[in-house]
Amino acid sequence: MSETTVMINGIKISVPAGTSILHAAQKAGFKIPTLCYHPDQEIKANCRICVVEVEGQKNLMPSCATAVSEGMVIKTTTARVLEARRTILELMMAHHPQDCLQCVRNGSCELQELAGEYDVRYNRFPQEDAHLPLDYSTPSIVRDPNKCILCGRCIELCTSKQTVNALGLAHRGFDTQVVPSIGQELFESPCVMCGQCIHACPVGAIDGREQISEFLAAASDPNKVIVTQIAPAVRLAVAEAFGSESGQLSMEQLVGALRMIGFDHVLHTNFAADLTIMEEGYELLERISNGGTLPMFTSCCPAWVRFAEVFYPDFLEHLSTCKSPQQMFGALVKTYWAEKMGISPVKIFSVSIMPCTAKKYEAVRPEMGDSGYSDVDMVLTTKEIIRLFQMTGVNPLKLDAAEFDPWMGEYTGSGVLFGASGGVMEAALRTVYEEMTGRSLVKLEFNEVRGMEGLKEAALDWDGTIVRVAVAHTLSNARVLMDQVAAGKSPYQFIEVMACPGGCIGGGGQPLTRTNEQRAKRMEAIYDEDRSRAVRKSHDNREIKILYNDYLHEILGHKSHELLHTKYTIKRKNI
Amino acid sequence: MHSLKEMRKQFQSAFNESKNRAKIVIGLGTCGIAAGGEGIWTAVNNYIQSQGLEIDMMSTGCIGMCYAEPLMEVHMPGEPRFIYGNIKAEAAVAILAKHLNEGKPSPEYILAQDPRGYEAAANIVKLNDTAFFNVQVKNVLGRCGIIDPDQIGHYISLNGYEALEKVLTEMTQTQVIQEISKSGLRGRGGGGFPTGRKWEAAYNTPGSKKYVVCNADEGDPGAFMDRSILEGDPHSLLEGMSICGYAIGADEGYIYIRAEYPLAIKRLKKAIDDAEAMGILGHNILGSGFNFKIHISAGAGAFVCGEETALMHSIEGKRGMPRVRPPYPAQSGLWGKPTNINNVETYANVACIIRQGAEWFANMGTNNSKGTKVFALTGKINRTGLAEVPIGISLRDIVFNIGGGVQNHKRYKAVQIGGPSGGCIPENLLDTPVDYDSLLALGAMMGSGGLVVMDEDTCMVDVARYFLHFTQEESCGKCAPCREGTMRMLQILEKICNGKGSPEDLDTLENLCRVVQSTSLCGLGQSAPNPVLATLRYFRTEYEAHIFDKKCPAGVCVDLLDIKIDAAKCKGCMLCIDACPVGAISGERKKPHIIDSEKCIKCQACILKCKFGAISKS
Repeated sequence: MSETTVMINGIKISVPAGTSILHAAQKAGFKIPTLCYHPDQEIKANCRICVVEVEGQKNLMPSCATAVSEGMVIKTTTARVLEARRTILELMMAHHPQDCLQCVRNGSCELQELAGEYDVRYNRFPQEDAHLPLDYSTPSIVRDPNKCILCGRCIELCTSKQTVNALGLAHRGFDTQVVPSIGQELFESPCVMCGQCIHACPVGAIDGREQISEFLAAASDPNKVIVTQIAPAVRLAVAEAFGSESGQLSMEQLVGALRMIGFDHVLHTNFAADLTIMEEGYELLERISNGGTLPMFTSCCPAWVRFAEVFYPDFLEHLSTCKSPQQMFGALVKTYWAEKMGISPVKIFSVSIMPCTAKKYEAVRPEMGDSGYSDVDMVLTTKEIIRLFQMTGVNPLKLDAAEFDPWMGEYTGSGVLFGASGGVMEAALRTVYEEMTGRSLVKLEFNEVRGMEGLKEAALDWDGTIVRVAVAHTLSNARVLMDQVAAGKSPYQFIEVMACPGGCIGGGGQPLTRTNEQRAKRMEAIYDEDRSRAVRKSHDNREIKILYNDYLHEILGHKSHELLHTKYTIKRKNI
Repeated sequence: MHSLKEMRKQFQSAFNESKNRAKIVIGLGTCGIAAGGEGIWTAVNNYIQSQGLEIDMMSTGCIGMCYAEPLMEVHMPGEPRFIYGNIKAEAAVAILAKHLNEGKPSPEYILAQDPRGYEAAANIVKLNDTAFFNVQVKNVLGRCGIIDPDQIGHYISLNGYEALEKVLTEMTQTQVIQEISKSGLRGRGGGGFPTGRKWEAAYNTPGSKKYVVCNADEGDPGAFMDRSILEGDPHSLLEGMSICGYAIGADEGYIYIRAEYPLAIKRLKKAIDDAEAMGILGHNILGSGFNFKIHISAGAGAFVCGEETALMHSIEGKRGMPRVRPPYPAQSGLWGKPTNINNVETYANVACIIRQGAEWFANMGTNNSKGTKVFALTGKINRTGLAEVPIGISLRDIVFNIGGGVQNHKRYKAVQIGGPSGGCIPENLLDTPVDYDSLLALGAMMGSGGLVVMDEDTCMVDVARYFLHFTQEESCGKCAPCREGTMRMLQILEKICNGKGSPEDLDTLENLCRVVQSTSLCGLGQSAPNPVLATLRYFRTEYEAHIFDKKCPAGVCVDLLDIKIDAAKCKGCMLCIDACPVGAISGERKKPHIIDSEKCIKCQACILKCKFGAISKS
């Protein structure tokens, strides 16, 4: 690529042609503040905080949206630039609540950070609060429109990346608001509750719905036995939150930490992930051999399931009938596990710890009570569990390893893979291969379905049988595959979909995850954990074998259908 | 190819023949209708019917003399056309009767005559000699008020579609673009970008699908140039757009017009249907193989939709919000396709240029601003209306010669040019030539051509407040400086108008002006501070009077008014006591009354009631 040479604050620098001033300045060592800019999104140039002086231009130029040109002379430090940025900050802050101390983004707010950097100590403009009601309509997400600075990141995320279009702008001028489709409550919109908008938001206008107080109340209730399942992607983000690399915290350390903060029994969602592979893998085999509906889509991701229910109601038979690991676990913990442990299911308070906001919604879906009780009583996100560790002063990194509780705590490398995009596929392929060919798999990694590429596919030749699979993460990619199905042109037999970029490691319930770069790192840690497991195939999971032997009796059997499978309903929203 | 020549001849001979018959022409543009033109039409028509007269009736668009609407013209065979104004229905019938019975015009309503080759009547000024018309050069308005806009034949007989025929038969695409470039035509919508360069950019962008868009979203307060063209000569726009389509290689055009212009939409629709029916528009135009279809897209009237990228979003069915440029519409416009976008007046110039040549056009105007410009004169001016003048004429000429100066012999204070994006120009700068660059240097802008004249009773702080109120409401809310900044500017201006302004407010205001101007995303925000900057530049003392003396020199800002009763003049009639809605005036009969200024809400009802001039505001 050809190079363009520019002068930034007197420093000559060459950058590839087409580079934005923002990136050229970064390369030259100058930070330019941004708010609406997001490295994984289109350029919006709404906030105008990144303006710089360009010689020959009458107006200040938005550095995010202006490409360098040969010989351009750029100044990023002048009084004019600073006056503009500080004024814009003052303007935004005067129209933004001043309750930073109580804000969920206190300490991680981009506006707050800039206010500090730009030394905004008083505001010339009178405070104008909109006093708009907060939106608590979904079990997953809370919107505080008062805090919104209208950067448009959530809208773009929801529109372009997720193609859900749950958010848009309403009203004009000073009264402009981000609203769920045409001003309804979020739950009435096509929102799938993936929570990616939370990561997109630079301030505290969108957040996951917290249930910390409810948890504390349950934990202090002597009549309740708190049983938890923990999802594979949680561990990595907890480690990050305590200042460590993703892989440095062991699952076993986390078990000890959870027991310390009020969980009586700690089990693993990965166990249910292995179980999912058994049920889903055999469902696929059955569909293939009996001429069932193909391609079959995974159904682990509740945001994806809702997406399909809202946008593709005519194609729901393509979804696997398997419940997600969370809900399989929930159905078993109050039946099988309760029996094994001799604990009354009435006493069990089942809490899952998930990287996901949509799981909160999934747990309260009315059909999720096959155990005879509410299968999952509460879902806490990774963010909430970190908050609990912070409140209690427990640093999991400093604890010794502890054992999972029995019967539903054992898991394989395959179960771990569920945390990353392509993981369900890879885990399923490991099991399905062995079942189809009757041979043991030598190389366990299916690299075609790994990584951050949005759409991944593989055509596997198994003794002459070609198995075509595809993996999509982020819903715009899922839409591509679903549109193929709708057009009758899908070449695949099995498709995995995760709503969040990178899969569950990038989930909406994870602590603030700003970029795909961060997600890619977590993905690597998932692959590392899989590699480190002694048992790496779901069907080799010892406790799974016991479960089938003692309780379920057969794969896809009567009991399985009762507890582990579900039905979908058309949820056509106003789309 | 089929030629229009024969058809034109037929239309022309029909027109010439009609000169031998009596004809009544009534202005039925929106201005004429609003002034009662339809009532006149009915009355005259009834009269003609009841008397069994053989008189043609024709409606026409706005001739520009809005101040004299409703207008009626009487054409008797072999006589000049007589133009009457400010008439009522009865008068119209009487005028016609007098022509029929006495063969004489009615002097009390006559505005002017147009001899049209016949002997002029004595003592009646000729239309082109009137102060309103004598400096005007009718180019794009040439047919407005002359033809019936619903008659495609009228348009064709006056050289209509000659230019389109010429480009389709004699010119290549690049030749057309060169001709437009050579003419020096600049966009008439406000920015003044060279039209030829815009077309060239769209032509140069490869693509099998391109669009031509017309911005008919005229939104400046007090502007109605485009509406008058659309209502008075809709085919001139269609011809200009078709020529553009041919030049850049587009086969589809959109006219984005505000839904508040129902008459213009109706006439445009008819014009499109008629032109399609005659093979002048649509598929295989005149057998040339060139296809061009024009659609009408009605907008809901958001001011920001005059911004080209917002306008295109609106046509696409999205929220009308601008986006950052580049890419420019010429590269990626409507539905991502290369698009040329100009406003109505710009397109209306195109056929004139093609027909009469770039040089003819370039001979009018100044070095960098060629041709003519249409202005809408409103405000405290004697002759409100529409005037087309060569660019470079002085503002004084427009306001005092064409417009006849300030109403009621009041003193001129300023003329607001360029709408909410423009500025106010004080008396000492009235000799400035009106062209793109001179106006920019004064902190105003050509804009689309709205001219609002203000007299001594206008408070310039209040004017700035008015415009900021407008831009603040019309801001789309996308970029922070415009969304937040215009509101804060408005708040400060309101504070100053309310007598609560502080010296620091002026600093903050100027700071906001600089920031909003230099950092906003689109032209709306970038130009929103102009009314403030211009009034601060030329009328700073008025701001200072509001802030330091708590006085509004023009007596407009009610919170700063002091209503007083002159005890010497007050007869104690108690009328003002009855008139006061808040009981602020007290007093006994035949004794001077007094006003409690704490209670007074400055509504000035008392001033209007007082027969003795005893109550005054200061």
